Amino acid sequence: MTIAEVNTKPITPKNQEVLLEVNHLVKYFPIMRGTIIQKQVGAVHAVDDISFKVMRGETLGLVGESGCGKSTTGRAVLQLHRPTSGEVLFEGKDLVKMKGEELRQMRRRMQMIFQDPYASLNPRMTVGDIIGEPLLIHGLATGKEVEERVKELLKLVGLNPSFANRFPHEFSGGQRQRIGVARALSLQPSLIVCDEPISALDVSIQAQVVNLLEDLQRDFNLTYLFIAHDLSMIRHISTRVAVMYLGVIVELADRNDLYANPLHPYTQALLSAIPLPDPVAEEKRKRIILAGEIPSPVNPPSGCRFRTRCPLAAPICAEVRPEFREVAPGHFVACHLV
Amino acid sequence: MADLLNVEGLETQFYTQDGIVHAVNGVSFKLKEGETLGVVGESGCGKSVTMMSMLRLIPSPPGKVVAGRAMYQGKDLLKISDEDIRNIRGSQISVIFQDPMTSFNPVLTIGRQVAEPLEIHHGMSQKEAYRRVAEMLTMVGIPNAKERLNDYPHQFSGGMRQRAMIAMALVCSPQILIADEPTTALDVTIQAQIVDLVKRLANELGMSMIWITHDLGIIAGLAHRVAVMYAGYIIETAAVKPLYAQPEHPYTIGLLNSLPRMDESGYRRLTSIEGIPPILYEKPNYCPFAPRCRFVRERCWQENPPLLEVGPEHYAACWVNPRTGGYRE
Repeated sequence: MTIAEVNTKPITPKNQEVLLEVNHLVKYFPIMRGTIIQKQVGAVHAVDDISFKVMRGETLGLVGESGCGKSTTGRAVLQLHRPTSGEVLFEGKDLVKMKGEELRQMRRRMQMIFQDPYASLNPRMTVGDIIGEPLLIHGLATGKEVEERVKELLKLVGLNPSFANRFPHEFSGGQRQRIGVARALSLQPSLIVCDEPISALDVSIQAQVVNLLEDLQRDFNLTYLFIAHDLSMIRHISTRVAVMYLGVIVELADRNDLYANPLHPYTQALLSAIPLPDPVAEEKRKRIILAGEIPSPVNPPSGCRFRTRCPLAAPICAEVRPEFREVAPGHFVACHLV
Repeated sequence: MADLLNVEGLETQFYTQDGIVHAVNGVSFKLKEGETLGVVGESGCGKSVTMMSMLRLIPSPPGKVVAGRAMYQGKDLLKISDEDIRNIRGSQISVIFQDPMTSFNPVLTIGRQVAEPLEIHHGMSQKEAYRRVAEMLTMVGIPNAKERLNDYPHQFSGGMRQRAMIAMALVCSPQILIADEPTTALDVTIQAQIVDLVKRLANELGMSMIWITHDLGIIAGLAHRVAVMYAGYIIETAAVKPLYAQPEHPYTIGLLNSLPRMDESGYRRLTSIEGIPPILYEKPNYCPFAPRCRFVRERCWQENPPLLEVGPEHYAACWVNPRTGGYRE
């Protein structure tokens, strides 16, 4: 059996330049009632005061279970959902304050790869039109140039350039995801938000797409905000990892640090819940099985969001929301008991 | 241990507009008493179709079981009368399906649906059945089970619905439980709860299990024996430890290498399997994995390999020894 080369050098960004800085980001979705006169009766607290930085050239993994607000965070960063409050600084400029043409120009620099490769490509457009459209919209190329650029991009993501005249339905899930990657690359962005780009794909295909994303990152010095629920894959691809629970980041640390030394009880439970593809290791493992389920984000628990399921919860956890603080260099955690 | 179930040469085809799809192409396996068999494969490999064929749950048309036997208690499940198979399904062989939302009838209460097998198979009165259902729901970890009997499926969360599904499958104390990707739609912390629950219940009730999944991680901690499927064939089968420690089929090797390992230190580039799984419109006279295989040799294109014994109780359908790259002896 050939085991792939073990490269012990972790992927670290070349410099420590901050590309994206998110400060106290909040996104509430209003819940409206009434037919003629609409009244707001509550709000889904999808993202509730989170802060993080993304360095140029790194991959920040954003991980959590369904409904924890990780996709909302990704979309709020790109201003696809306008945040309720907070700052999103991209190269030092606040996107939240921008609108119209100014924001549209910034959008060139930040792109997105979506989860569902079947829903995210227009079935009535050819692959060439899909990949070339951003170039036309931003007026970066015309006519023959677009065609040439599309061919280059297709080659770049490992597809045959002659596929440009075909339609999305002629491709498999993995190939469609490659088309989505080519579209995201067409404007030569600095930041790509990858929203669960591999979770709809089969196991043997996932590795193909992940390897492609890694190669492109290296070749074009791309920065990824990588959203996923698969903790093994997040560990593989990320430089640093942020763990979300019910709208807040509970822990953020360097990849190796987080997996070797998780501090937040939720991170610990989450890591212990992941089954390992190794029967010998599985026999020895102790699982922390969390009781109950994620509470509703409409009416989240007071104090610490995790306290209702936390095996260690103390009285203070119900009263005070724990501060998200740095407990070791680069290791942030929001827990009273750490 | 005695064989509880013995499936031989099962073949299922689907008649579609594009031609005949060969979904299952001569699958044979055995299930022993008290054993958990893991069936692993990617979407479309025929893992669910195999089990549904055995239970005669394949809609026909378009599907048809064209060959094979499935011996259970001295009878062939594929040949017995419709009434006999109905009596076996639900009371002796139960299934948990993947999607807990669509597997329940949305207009009937949970209590009504979980009690149904008891009333049908055991002739219990509704009152008796409901009492038993409440016990069962408590056992699978649903709080205030008695009050929740009159809830409808939409009032349960995903994890709770899957628990109710398990209760429904176990309520008649079946001998065999077939779990068809029961945790795929769930979050990891809920998945851990469900896997833990089913494992414990199977142990307590002395049940045999067939667990179908695409997740090699779940199987590692759960199964005694594993069968890996590809393109409608079992391409490798062995006890769980040898299969992970020394996989013999290039596809199994490829799958294991393409997974990132959380417990690894450092960074390793993932080895992907190039290409995509085939849809078989005719039975291949070559190895169905050959187009994607890194070890492919001439013979692989000439003859589809049968399962060869490559170690004690370890079978792989491959002409090539992946450690040497040469043909097997």
